[in-house]
Amino acid sequence: MAEKLTIGKALNAGLRRALEHDPKVLVMGEDVGKLGGVFRITDGLQKDFGEDRVIDTPLAESGIIGTAIGLAIRGYRPVCEIQFDGFVYPAYDQIVSQVAKMHFRSQGKVKVPMVIRIPFGGGIGAVEHHSESPEAYFAHTAGLKVVACSSPQDAYTMIQQAIASDDPIVFLEPKRRYHEKGEVDLDATYPLHASRRLRPGTDATVLAYGPMVRTALDAATAAEQDGRDLEVFDLRTLSPLDLEPVYESVRRTGRCVVVHEAPSNVGLGAEIAARITERCFYSLEAPVLRVTGFDTPYPAARLEEDYLPDLDRVLDAVDRTFGW
Amino acid sequence: MAKGDRGAPARGTEVAGEPVPDFVQLLTPDGERIDKSVGADGVEYTVDFTDEEYRGLYRDLVVIRRLDTEATALQRQGELGIWASLLGQEAAQVGSGRALRPQDMAFPTYREHGVLYCRGIDPIMPLSLFRGVDLGAWDPAEFKVNMYTIVIGAQTLHATGYAMGITKDGKVGGDDGEAVLCYFGDGATSQGDVNEAFIWSSVFHAPIVFFCQNNQYAISEPIEKQTRIPLYRRADGFGFPGLRVDGNDVLATYAVTRAALDNARHGQGPTLIEAYTYRMGAHTTTDDPTRYRVASEVEEWQAKDPIARVRAFVEKQQIAGADFFAEVDEQAKQEALHLRERVLAMPDPHPLTLFDHVYPNGSPVVDAQRERFAEYLDSFEGSAH
Ligand SMILES: Cc1ncc(C[n+]2csc(CCOP(=O)(O)OP(=O)(O)O)c2C)c(N)n1
Ligand SMILES: [Mg+2]
Repeated sequence: MAEKLTIGKALNAGLRRALEHDPKVLVMGEDVGKLGGVFRITDGLQKDFGEDRVIDTPLAESGIIGTAIGLAIRGYRPVCEIQFDGFVYPAYDQIVSQVAKMHFRSQGKVKVPMVIRIPFGGGIGAVEHHSESPEAYFAHTAGLKVVACSSPQDAYTMIQQAIASDDPIVFLEPKRRYHEKGEVDLDATYPLHASRRLRPGTDATVLAYGPMVRTALDAATAAEQDGRDLEVFDLRTLSPLDLEPVYESVRRTGRCVVVHEAPSNVGLGAEIAARITERCFYSLEAPVLRVTGFDTPYPAARLEEDYLPDLDRVLDAVDRTFGW
Repeated sequence: MAKGDRGAPARGTEVAGEPVPDFVQLLTPDGERIDKSVGADGVEYTVDFTDEEYRGLYRDLVVIRRLDTEATALQRQGELGIWASLLGQEAAQVGSGRALRPQDMAFPTYREHGVLYCRGIDPIMPLSLFRGVDLGAWDPAEFKVNMYTIVIGAQTLHATGYAMGITKDGKVGGDDGEAVLCYFGDGATSQGDVNEAFIWSSVFHAPIVFFCQNNQYAISEPIEKQTRIPLYRRADGFGFPGLRVDGNDVLATYAVTRAALDNARHGQGPTLIEAYTYRMGAHTTTDDPTRYRVASEVEEWQAKDPIARVRAFVEKQQIAGADFFAEVDEQAKQEALHLRERVLAMPDPHPLTLFDHVYPNGSPVVDAQRERFAEYLDSFEGSAH
């Protein structure tokens, strides 16, 4: 069965299905109930599943994650919504010191199967703290898995897989793409922690995730007019990374550009570039280049188009790999 | 009820319903002046204003509402990215803002445009933030108002630390002592930071007044989602006085805030003021309150409007007449017009400014990125880009 859905609606449908499928699944966060979340991702869920399962919490992120841990120990599967990326930090201690380490410390006796949903990234003209890309903080933490969806199909499928997984998962949603539409196969099955080649190409490999996947694909379309054939990957899983298919690609193309909105300093791109260099050294025609946000705080909205990687900056980096 | 079963506390009766307990009020919604009003702290409050001062408060209230209306309109026309309206909270902001003495320091949230106005900050300054041209424009030291804080509750700890510094500097104890006024909302009271601020300020006996505007909502969540007891009573457990004031009554708000600040500056430690008010508009311009609250509730609060009661009072007392009201309206209109013109003329920042001020001592990493980005931008010179 297939349906045409936006990313936002697909997440909503995925959450709904998870709530139907398992009575232990809970949705909790600020404004997720009556309002349906500020992005309406949980729209209608409280009405249909009740206040016991779709919970408007007090305004405290550390409280949301900390109590979700307790609920998880008690056998529930909480899906926590953090309203915006920049508001996850009050919960950082609970996520990094508690969520991530429970299983390890208890020698596997305690599982905290929870999902921490975070709308992330910029491009929506918001005020500060509403446009950040905190993925590296979490990917850096052993014990957490981190994934990012970029399409309605993945939004629908990955959210259910994340909820079903016993691993605690930070689930990143590309907020500026919430309204993008696409075909969703409601019965599709494929692995959660796998990267995906979205576009085959021969000249250079472009890696992206979340909101930058669209940008990378647009860049590939534009590059075609310059006679360049770019291969594009959606990384999908940021921790663990799934780079085997990427190594295969880079060995063919000899060139690789990594794109993310997050700043470059000690970011995902650095880890990816290091691994590709280790594994594809003799095939590389140029160093792996990064197209990222700058190493500044996220700027005021009128400057975000300058701050964020766009099609031109991706193509500029591709050009530079050819000029090496 | 079984022995030892304390039962669940009644849900929201005292919090959201009528009658409101322990409410300092000096001006009723009908504009009747109440001579004295006793707070939950047992203290009797009153104000002794001249006619000129009453007119001044009315003027403040009307002007900040008009400027707020203009900002909402500017957002609707695409000139601001978003706007957090203060509609309905004018009295809480003017009453507390005017209660500050020049040496006092305020720590706002993102909604205290009226407080900024009282401190002499050009109303264009918060608008540049909401337009997205900067992240905060005024100099906190010059106006003694810190920057807006969007991360809920974070500023309560900053305010507490600042107040601790006042004590360390020996600036408490006399009439020239300094105090801090810290703003936050009802929703913020759930944050750990806010509770830690209460503890710190109590333990260090800091000269601070916590001013909670309970506007009944944190976005869509009504106050019952944050508390089972009236918020002002939280103070008791932390070891300092708390009281509730009619936040739609500018006189009462002024009286309690002035007294609490003076207590703080004289070395008597913190106070929690819960200004009981109502957010008449949406949370921000992106919010749709019809999804979570009924029109009749808004109408009920409409009858408690903070401006109408002052107008009724000054009219009845013949403190002001038609000429004055017309003149104030005209002033408000002109200020709004002036604000609009300047917002429209506000230039976008230059792209390279995004690399400015990251560090006081600069950074070679940022410098290199600035240089590379400048070259990159130059590469488009002359092209259609
Ligand atoms: C730490 C944090 N979490 C979430 C948010 C998103 N948010 C912005 S305003 C708000 C509600 C605040 O309610 P309240 O404290 O009552 O202040 P009000 O907006 O009513 O003035 C929320 C949840 C935020 N800004 N910061
Ligand atoms: Mg509120």
